[in-house]
Amino acid sequence: MRFCGLPSNAALIKSVVWSSGLGQPAQPAPNAGLSRARDPRGNTLKAIPTTYNRAHHIFAVFTACAAFVVITAGALVTSNDAGLSVPDWPTSFGYLVKVPHFVGGIRYEWSHRMVAGTLVTLTLTIAIWTLLVERRRWLRWLAVAAFCTVIAQAILGGLTVLFFQPPAVSTAHATVAQTFFCIAVAIALFTGRKWVEEQPRVEFDQRRPSLSTLALLSIFVMYVQLILGGMFRHHGMSWWPHVVNAVIVAFVLAWTAIRALSVYSQIEAIRRPAIMMLSLLIAQLCLGFTAFLTRVAWGKDAVQPELPMVAATVAHVAVGALLLATTVVLAIQVWRHVPVAFAEPIPQGQRDASAA
Amino acid sequence: MNRKTGLKMMAVSMLALFSLLLLAACNKKEEQPANTMSQEAAPAPAATPIDPATVATVNGTVKFDGTAPKPSKIDMSQDPACKGMNEAENIVVADGDLANVFVYVKDGLGSRTFDVPKDAVVLDQQGCKYHPHMLGVMAGQTVQIKNDDMTTHNIHPTPKDNREWNESQPPSSPAIEKNFAREEIMLPVKCNQHPWMKMYINVVKSPFFAVTDKSGKYEIKGLPPGDYTIAFVQEKLGEQDQKVTVGPKETKTVDQSFKAAAE
Repeated sequence: MRFCGLPSNAALIKSVVWSSGLGQPAQPAPNAGLSRARDPRGNTLKAIPTTYNRAHHIFAVFTACAAFVVITAGALVTSNDAGLSVPDWPTSFGYLVKVPHFVGGIRYEWSHRMVAGTLVTLTLTIAIWTLLVERRRWLRWLAVAAFCTVIAQAILGGLTVLFFQPPAVSTAHATVAQTFFCIAVAIALFTGRKWVEEQPRVEFDQRRPSLSTLALLSIFVMYVQLILGGMFRHHGMSWWPHVVNAVIVAFVLAWTAIRALSVYSQIEAIRRPAIMMLSLLIAQLCLGFTAFLTRVAWGKDAVQPELPMVAATVAHVAVGALLLATTVVLAIQVWRHVPVAFAEPIPQGQRDASAA
Repeated sequence: MNRKTGLKMMAVSMLALFSLLLLAACNKKEEQPANTMSQEAAPAPAATPIDPATVATVNGTVKFDGTAPKPSKIDMSQDPACKGMNEAENIVVADGDLANVFVYVKDGLGSRTFDVPKDAVVLDQQGCKYHPHMLGVMAGQTVQIKNDDMTTHNIHPTPKDNREWNESQPPSSPAIEKNFAREEIMLPVKCNQHPWMKMYINVVKSPFFAVTDKSGKYEIKGLPPGDYTIAFVQEKLGEQDQKVTVGPKETKTVDQSFKAAAE
């Protein structure tokens, strides 16, 4: 058994493995000025020249920031039990944008709706802009997916109002919000100068489970955690599944970050999200503990949402969103920089790995 | 179809979808008449006759056993229009007497049926609090909800067995009239605009119910002679039952006491 199946030459890997995928260096190599090239095995490859578009990237970053604001505003709504303070949807007290009497729970719910509406407009803009200027087809589809996600999110928000916050629908609303945030962050990443212009430094991952698997597992356990947390917050489930899964999440994320830092710390694109992931994980565990104390232990008989509980819970949701997005960024960078080396049996009598 | 045409079509489709959603949102929702919507109740069967010459009365006092917890303070600062007593009413004790306990005949009436009173029961919102905090009503009886505050409230019952609804009520708007078709004890009602605003409606099939006043007293009149189970329900302290037998024209005192819930 030998590791083969992928040539050891990094330049060749770039052209063979990633030419049409996420990891493709969008700026063709100087010697690859042709729109089509052939690898030694005869595969025809496309090389799509893409240049860094600063305005497009800044707008993508702005959209991602707006998504983060909407998530925080949504957390404020739920924590203040203000989700149904505006009983109608898609209008607010019969009007689309007329400012209502700005008191009580209305402040949170109405503001949430307005920033969410702005986000829909921003997403539509970035989607159309991407369709018009972007040459990478997968990125164009991602922009379309972002728009579809934000529309689905808006509809879920409406359903949660019209059906009086069923836990499953409200949880779906919370989960899709973070999914959209991750997509927005990914678009910002893919349109960035580094992604477009850098030649990725590649190292093969021969460990098992691979870093790529760990990153994906991290995303999975965080989604489970997101659903459990949402169900608890929306009174569809007890608190303990969320707390038990927090231990699993902490373990998987710590494993992923430590693996990334211990083995691939020389790759900046891996090191930075891994450090951020670890820092956010520690912050998130502290915030989760505080939220538990203020909501479950001390605040169960509170006659109204109290500031410590609201602050801790909103921060917990916001940092959770950042942690998920950071993990997604790490997974993307791992996929780009640390591909998994596949083990394939070499036919007997053939010593040349490239023949496999 | 070439790539450019495809891209243009996709962009146009997205714009069209967005415009459609915007258009849908711009259409002002038809406001439902505030005072006409009510839950459909099945036509009530004829009431079982009760001989008024033999009816009995059950009365008594509900006490709180032990040291009463301090009432929680409410912070109403988020709405300048909210002024009034800033204390929660979840456990109201004065000199050991427990107010806001719902007392009703839980069992013993058999298959008797009763006329639903034509008079509406009033639930008022004043000082950003519900008056009363604990309400009893017969199934199908009208509840008239008023807003005497200079701010908008939303009335949002969250029942288990009845239909849920959520309506806003601006200042000086007409009363909202509703009824509840099915029996349900401790049906929570809240205002999502003022999260401290909570009260309970108790929907029962008979007229034999009462709510304890500030001195913990209650009285249930017009009860036919018989064996009954009287239930005492408090929102935080739970339910306690007592069996009682009343003879013709008898007035029986049934006192009850609640202990502080175990921490």
